[in-house]
Amino acid sequence: MNPTILRLSAQALLGRRRGVVLVLIPAVLLVLAVVVQALTDDAVGYDAVLHLGFTLALPLVALLAATAVLGPEVDDGSIVYLLSKPVSRHVIAASKYVVAWAATVVLGALPLLVAGLVLDTSDPRQAIAWGVGGAVAGTAYTALFLGLAAFTRHAVVIGLLFALLWEGVLGNVLDGIRWVAIGAWGREVATEISSKVPAQGIGLGYAVVAAALVTCGSLWFTGDRLRSFTLRGDE
Amino acid sequence: MSVITIDQASRWYGNVVAVNGISMTVRPGVTGLLGPNGAGKTTLIALMSGFVAPSAGTVTLDGEPIWRHTDAYRTIGLVPERELSFGYLTGRQFVLANAELHGLADPGAAAERALEVVEMTEPAGRRIGTYSKGMRQRVKLASALVHDPSVLLLDEPFNGVDPRQRLHLMSLLRRMGAEGRTVLFSSHILEEVEQVARQIEVMVSGRHAASGDFGQIRRLMTDRPVQYVVVGDDDRALAGALIAEPSVVAVALRRAGGVDVSVSDFGAFTVRLPQVARQHGIRILELTPTDESLESVFAYLVGG
Repeated sequence: MNPTILRLSAQALLGRRRGVVLVLIPAVLLVLAVVVQALTDDAVGYDAVLHLGFTLALPLVALLAATAVLGPEVDDGSIVYLLSKPVSRHVIAASKYVVAWAATVVLGALPLLVAGLVLDTSDPRQAIAWGVGGAVAGTAYTALFLGLAAFTRHAVVIGLLFALLWEGVLGNVLDGIRWVAIGAWGREVATEISSKVPAQGIGLGYAVVAAALVTCGSLWFTGDRLRSFTLRGDE
Repeated sequence: MSVITIDQASRWYGNVVAVNGISMTVRPGVTGLLGPNGAGKTTLIALMSGFVAPSAGTVTLDGEPIWRHTDAYRTIGLVPERELSFGYLTGRQFVLANAELHGLADPGAAAERALEVVEMTEPAGRRIGTYSKGMRQRVKLASALVHDPSVLLLDEPFNGVDPRQRLHLMSLLRRMGAEGRTVLFSSHILEEVEQVARQIEVMVSGRHAASGDFGQIRRLMTDRPVQYVVVGDDDRALAGALIAEPSVVAVALRRAGGVDVSVSDFGAFTVRLPQVARQHGIRILELTPTDESLESVFAYLVGG
């Protein structure tokens, strides 16, 4: 971990317009939770709000955080100022990841827990389950999207398609996708904490190992891409 | 003392060849990389700084390949043409971050020293977003100098810098070269290059067009056929007199008045033209070079 890169990445995350959007997403989720709680009977809207938060808000926050710490610098080539230093590219990748991961946990996973508590104060265990499941999924999402940002300039679009189409629409239609969907791995972990979260049937061990593999693999890939970063001239 | 060796290096992007079979050795002292826009200077500097992999050939720093060699940046200081996008940092924060990333023992002192060298101590407290182009250029230089590198690579460092700062930057580069550092900078302006660099490498269309000290390059550029339009008060007599001169290879009368003159020896022609005019009692009203653009000079160098 490199403290200078941690600091610069945090400043890049908070100092731009993206930072506002990042805060807006969980804010909308929480407002929704409050409204649903006020307008419906006990826990009626619970599943709807938490599913929305888990399948839409969480990957969106991870995508925005991951691309904010790396994307603009890669796009405009100014990452060359960081890379022209004798710092391991994997350390740079890991440092940027930590910042994006912290944002994802605080603004993506934690709001799931809070929303759960708002909607049903009598069942904190289920709220914690959603929060922990969100943190596990967020950990893998952030790493995957960081790798995507290091790989292509179109990381936001591809990330959105992945989150909405692959994990969202197709994940609902095609049962087998749960084996290769990050969201399903997170839910599996949540099921382990509270049985009220629908089980995915892939096993806790598989879910944790798959999430860890995607996280580590994506981080290694990000570092390797940075090592081969090519500066395109204007000519 | 560090030496960059480029051996038959090429770089292509799909069908576009940006750098074509270049071999050169960049030694301690100041080297100017001269060429028109689009000649491949930026790509060549990217090859030398490890930000582009050669498609063919090798680029080494003291015998070690630079591509994917992170430790090379202990030796290299790079001033890219890229704009700084760290507008939310102050100049001081940016240079300090660079010093920290180099793992220097006292990054604060190193940052202040570098800011002082480029005369940016006073505005260093302001955010980079508020800087003029020249100030950003100097902060970029400070960030490249912060670890006291023995190789300094600068891509168009004088772009957007005001004349006073330009002189200061030039003397700074000369000083760094005199100290035994290997300094290479690119420019598309001959006058800029020859004021700073002893050794000049000329690039045109991705190829290494010429190499030598500035005297040789200057002669190459001036001792070439040059086209002029000369307008006198008696064009026909003027044409007759000029074709008798050994330095003139062709004349043609222009329909609109004046004479097209092709000159093989620029130096002799400039001496002889007023003498010829006086001998024949012709008054010269206008003398215009017609192909003085830098591109035509470069095109000649490539052709010749």
